[in-house]
Amino acid sequence: MSTLRAGKEALAAKGWWGAHKWLALRRLSQISILALFLAGPWFGLWIVKGNLNYSYTLDILPLTDPYVLLQSLLAGHAPERNALIGVGIVLAFYALVGGRIFCSWVCPVNLVTDAADWLRERLGIKGGAHISRGARFWILGLTLLMAVATGTIVWELVNPVSMLHRGLFFGIGAAWMVVLGVFLLDLFVMNRGWCGHLCPVGAFYSLVGRFSPLRVSATGRAACNDCNDCFVVCPEPLVIKAPLKGGDRGIGPVILSPQCTNCGRCIDVCSKDVFAFGTRFGNSVVPVAGVPHTTPK
Amino acid sequence: MAAEQKTTSRRQFIFDTARMACGVGMLGLGLGLYTRQALALPPAAIRPPGAGSEKDFLGACIRCGLCVRDCPPQILSLATPEQAIATGTPYFVARSGPCAMCEDIPCIKACPTGALDHKLTDITKSRMGLAVLVDKETCLNFLGLRCDICYRVCPVIDKAIKLEPRHNERTGSHTIFEPVVYSNACTGCGMCEQACPLKTAAIKVYPIPLAKGELGEHYRLGWEEKRKAGRSLVTPEIEHQYNLPEGLKYEFGGRGLVPDTGAAGAAAPPPNAPATPAAPGAASGLPKALQGNQL
Repeated sequence: MSTLRAGKEALAAKGWWGAHKWLALRRLSQISILALFLAGPWFGLWIVKGNLNYSYTLDILPLTDPYVLLQSLLAGHAPERNALIGVGIVLAFYALVGGRIFCSWVCPVNLVTDAADWLRERLGIKGGAHISRGARFWILGLTLLMAVATGTIVWELVNPVSMLHRGLFFGIGAAWMVVLGVFLLDLFVMNRGWCGHLCPVGAFYSLVGRFSPLRVSATGRAACNDCNDCFVVCPEPLVIKAPLKGGDRGIGPVILSPQCTNCGRCIDVCSKDVFAFGTRFGNSVVPVAGVPHTTPK
Repeated sequence: MAAEQKTTSRRQFIFDTARMACGVGMLGLGLGLYTRQALALPPAAIRPPGAGSEKDFLGACIRCGLCVRDCPPQILSLATPEQAIATGTPYFVARSGPCAMCEDIPCIKACPTGALDHKLTDITKSRMGLAVLVDKETCLNFLGLRCDICYRVCPVIDKAIKLEPRHNERTGSHTIFEPVVYSNACTGCGMCEQACPLKTAAIKVYPIPLAKGELGEHYRLGWEEKRKAGRSLVTPEIEHQYNLPEGLKYEFGGRGLVPDTGAAGAAAPPPNAPATPAAPGAASGLPKALQGNQL
């Protein structure tokens, strides 16, 4: 493993913009979305009303969170038209661009957990609790089951994602403590604990984007110099390994795992430009003539 | 060897599954208990119009806050986690900001899920809560004053709150105008509570389950059933019998007890029968106390 901090090589090779392009765009997306929502309550500029659970843009565009609406359906309530239109638009969007684009480009908790991850690295905090990354699907299942059992949307009583987003525009109350809890969990207890292991919202969106065409692909994997930077920065490092290193075993370069958040950070930090945004199609394993695979196996 | 490995991995799989199931089960238990608590709405929190029962509402409301945004007087808030109201759900506090009873009900129109029932189009039919005159000891009208403020500000005046006169026993010569709330008209908007001039309101709006009694399902109101059926549902009613002194009968026209001189067993005339003008004391031969209607 490189002793240099992840991304140093890329910074040297590609310059600041080249090594931070997708990160910068992602932050811009996250902050712009927050700004759109904040423009109303702060400046009286009502472009968007509501929050991530349901929003109404310019009194014409409804957008509904499919996870909360599914819980409502399971609780035995049939929604009105606008909620249904909104959920159709959102499902179609994330089915195309990748469900967990929500996590990395939209969700405000990502700012919190990325900050925790950044600090964790700076402070050199290692180890911590081990919980399977599959736990989020168990929790997802639990929340759906409890909606059926209780007839109410149980998860919304405690959901840090909607608590933070709603709190920013409607008054946060003690929800900041919940958000701080998520931050401290990620900082001290588990690396990428919330978004990578526990959050059922992300788990749900990964299912929405199960077959999404937009994917990151290790198209230039032949050039990989094993610096390991992509694994260090990736919030879901398990998704990279097979597409990057599995060429010899007949695995194509496209990262097909629905857990990939399409954050694009691996593209930024790779000094060899191994990764690029692409589609899930044409995931062939045809080796480029004359270029030997670098993986010594 | 291979078989042993397989057993180990199968055993490991079962352990892992059990561990996860236990962990998630604990989380579920905590969530379930919390949900039970969240179903109890505190007395001061009133839901917007069209919200239905608390359980239905918590299954239908997706906590988007559109009702809050579209409320013209801006009285709605979304609950935060430290409050005893389900996190993220809308409510208002009548004392500080009652529902303005907008005729077009914009909060309901804004609701994307119908958690606020879109079928409710007449705001006077809404039942957000129910006003209760909780303290007769401090209510100014009960003290004998003509405060009447709750009655005057009520948007369903003379239907939801009526002023019902009764004797003021303290002064002996005045009337108390008691504000009485009728649940068949009260919308629970809370204007009465807000307007009550006391330091702490004597009339308050509570969520309906807290404010309203309920008869057992098996209860039947005899007079209602009789009206519906057009006849008594139990054994035929026994005609009322007067146990009068022998040789006397009761004259309804105003003379009272009179000597029974008519045909034996003749039915008493109906109360609205033309009355013989009765001069007090005219019925001679009777003790004074039994004369006329002076009893």
